[in-house]
Amino acid sequence: MPSPLEVAEMPSTAQTAEAELQPIDVAALRDHLQRYASREGIRQWDLGASRSTSASVQVDRGEAKQLKAAQRSSITVRVWNEQGLVGITSCTDLSPAGLERALAGARDASAFGNSEEIPAFSPLAKAPTPELERPLQPARGIRSLLHTLKDAERQLLARHSAMDTVPYNGLSEGCSERLYLNSEGALRQMQRTQASLYLYARAEEAGRKPRSGGAVRLALGSDQLDVAGCIDEAAKRTISHLAYQPITTGRYLVCFTPEAFLDLLGAFSSMLNARAVLDGVSLSKAESIGEQIAVPFLSVHDNGLHPGHVSAAPFDGEGTPTRRLSLIEQGRLVSFLHSEATARHFGVEPTGHAGLGAKVSVGPDWFEVGTSDGMSSGNSHLHHVRSTDTFVLIEGLNALHAGVKASQGAFSLPFDGWLVQGGERISVESATVAGDIRALLKAIVHLEEPVVTHQGVSPHVWVDGLAITGDA
Amino acid sequence: MVATHPAPLQVLGLDPQRSPIQAQLEHLLIEGRRAGADLVEVFLERTDHIGVLAEQDRITSVSPSFSMGAGIRVFKGGRDGFVSTDDLGDVGLLKALDQALAMLGLDRSALASGASFEGLQPLRDFGAVKHDWLQRSPDLRTSTDRLLEGTALLERFGQHLEVRRGSYARDWQEVLVAASDGTFARDIRLHQSSGLSVLAADGDHRASIGRRYGSSDRPDDLREWDLEASAAEVCQSAATMLRADYVEGGQMPVVLANRFGGVIFHEACGHLLETTQVERGTTPFADKVGELIAHPAVTAIDEGLSAGAFGSLSMDDEGMEAQRTVLIENGVLQRFLSDRAGEMRTGHARTGSGRRQNHGFAAASRMRNTYIAAGPHKPEALIASIDQGLYCKSMGGGSVGPTGQFNFSVEEGYMIENGKLGKPVKGATLIGEAKEVMPRISMCADDLDLAAGFCGSVSGSIFVTVGQPHVKVDAITVGGR
Repeated sequence: MPSPLEVAEMPSTAQTAEAELQPIDVAALRDHLQRYASREGIRQWDLGASRSTSASVQVDRGEAKQLKAAQRSSITVRVWNEQGLVGITSCTDLSPAGLERALAGARDASAFGNSEEIPAFSPLAKAPTPELERPLQPARGIRSLLHTLKDAERQLLARHSAMDTVPYNGLSEGCSERLYLNSEGALRQMQRTQASLYLYARAEEAGRKPRSGGAVRLALGSDQLDVAGCIDEAAKRTISHLAYQPITTGRYLVCFTPEAFLDLLGAFSSMLNARAVLDGVSLSKAESIGEQIAVPFLSVHDNGLHPGHVSAAPFDGEGTPTRRLSLIEQGRLVSFLHSEATARHFGVEPTGHAGLGAKVSVGPDWFEVGTSDGMSSGNSHLHHVRSTDTFVLIEGLNALHAGVKASQGAFSLPFDGWLVQGGERISVESATVAGDIRALLKAIVHLEEPVVTHQGVSPHVWVDGLAITGDA
Repeated sequence: MVATHPAPLQVLGLDPQRSPIQAQLEHLLIEGRRAGADLVEVFLERTDHIGVLAEQDRITSVSPSFSMGAGIRVFKGGRDGFVSTDDLGDVGLLKALDQALAMLGLDRSALASGASFEGLQPLRDFGAVKHDWLQRSPDLRTSTDRLLEGTALLERFGQHLEVRRGSYARDWQEVLVAASDGTFARDIRLHQSSGLSVLAADGDHRASIGRRYGSSDRPDDLREWDLEASAAEVCQSAATMLRADYVEGGQMPVVLANRFGGVIFHEACGHLLETTQVERGTTPFADKVGELIAHPAVTAIDEGLSAGAFGSLSMDDEGMEAQRTVLIENGVLQRFLSDRAGEMRTGHARTGSGRRQNHGFAAASRMRNTYIAAGPHKPEALIASIDQGLYCKSMGGGSVGPTGQFNFSVEEGYMIENGKLGKPVKGATLIGEAKEVMPRISMCADDLDLAAGFCGSVSGSIFVTVGQPHVKVDAITVGGR
């Protein structure tokens, strides 16, 4: 049996729960990298680094359930070897020893670099970046977060006797720093703060099945979160699903909420992605630019600079400035999302949608869906609240990771929503919606006024003739 | 230049017999106890990862990464505070401890009376016999060569293939768990996953088919992978599904094939038997131990012991040895999967199921190798028992929601007509509720087999195995067009 330990004397350093973010020392980072690279004969390199602190709380029926905090750091080093091939390595250690090991790992990996497609520095890595009005917000600390979330849970449960728990909830705040630098002197650096709140309640009435609903809010700081709005939305959604019934299998006029449509568009974003096009896994081809892929009154932009985009960044993983990009105009595909390598292949400029890697990923930032300038659907009578038509209002799509076949265009997804008849909503018990994204984009019959959500901008989108499978 | 991975840990790893780490850990634990914590747990982790992607006949991505970090969890009166950090220096770890203590209103400057710590028990070192696994794993040359061999085989066996891909990931992890109840255990884990996938296209017809394989603790797994069989299976499936019609939705009986068909139990029931769900009040089975919750044909097991299986482990992420846990026996609920917090909050005894993706997550009760046990029937008998229904040969992913509604997609399906397999169909999504579907699993075949997968939940994405023999579900909603 071990004996009780001797306790060494150590100063007590109890601190507030929120940890301050120590900024990355860019000059030291660059000096170390330059020195190691010179020693190893590496003439070209670039690096992406990030560091963050965060705190979050969860509650359960008036009590703290879990309180969490994290300090994270990561770097990705990319090097070009003497044959011009690229290798990368990532690690969580920003110390000199970590950098040295990462650089060595990247050099080793470069022996397996793809000679058919060699990334280069973005030609825009030193171009001016946009000014973002995102003032850093102070952290309130975990005690304050806990108090707010307990109160939010209490208020939400008080809204209806059938709501017994809020099984999924969380309130978090954090601060992060990100930078990009390369051996040609490019330097990008940014800091941001972000807070989030989510409340998903569970409700059950005697003899009936449990139902759930929820809401999410994001803000730059926890003081700015719309807590009351989140409670209100979560309550309304949950309560609205208490009265439910199965739906008859068939084809329906469907209205997607902005959140649901943005989820669907995001799941099929490979059709707008030059990387996926070049890899052959997109529904689009290089020659698809200019094709009519949707109804003429639909336009889609990607706008990482939108004021509602809490996670906005002024540059991407390759240091390319973020900008608003038109993707679909009057239903025609007008541009793809690009990295440096894909842009070079297509003979255009990078668009600010790249990651950082040996094979650079490309992804959307913040979709803006709307009606094309000067156009209309001719179906302005359709409105998700006022319409007297029979339709299915899809509030949220589930299991997108499993039910979307992006390279085939097909989807078959469970959803939460309502059957609306004569303006009266009855929650759909359990059902799926299925179709083909190409057909869907051409079967849109109306777009309402755009709404800014936490994940993008979109109107309620009306689509005719979608297949719904239900239990009735 | 802020995060620190102390040089001794980088060079010597987390072996307390080589690295001066035990004293550091014991210091953290006694400090936490003296501050008034009921229990303090420190999880240290060191990882080394390689990801490789081959497309057509080229290697297009090699992505190495490595990390070190710690997760410190403090319990007090049923609550817990958890802090993760990449800074393993003395100052960094103490700062993390202080944060975790402060979350629970505890402070090292206000010493609680009566707190004791009897010291760490002798190390249980599950990693000692695995010390050379990283070195024995395939190097980059071998990994890239094997994947290119795979994509070449796809070309040889396939038709109308527009995309051929091979992928490989090797995850090596060394963990050390120390807790103020004396727990002191170290392990080394090696997970390898590899896969082949294709996109076949002919005119407007397209089919994307993939197969993934995974193992734990088998350094030679990639070298021994039967590439020819895998490539042939993928190509055959793609050829079949290329011109398959979309399934017509509705309620119908289904037969789910063995191996990855086990995703139905994983999603429909497995998650609901984790104590995290009991704590949340989101499982309909919370008070059903000893009651019939499934068809008497169903016996279900979760274990971490099957040699080489993706979800196997020598110890969980709380230092407890893996077990075999019978969840359901002949339809009757036997017990829940539980971790340290689950035991504390729900009373269900720990089952060695405390798992996490990495040090950034607190452990939670999670599945390991989870499967429905073999039954007495031949697979053909299940199909023969159905007049009109669906045979699900290959499954995609799935999920379960807060009210027990589950779903999963079918990658390769066939209509069953008059007891025989008919035309291939695609685009099916199966949905249902656990309480309703479990009693409808009425027949189990005798061909139990397992398949590797990833499970994402409260403590991150972890390696798991799903499995089952062929099973028949009497009625389920099949979403389609």
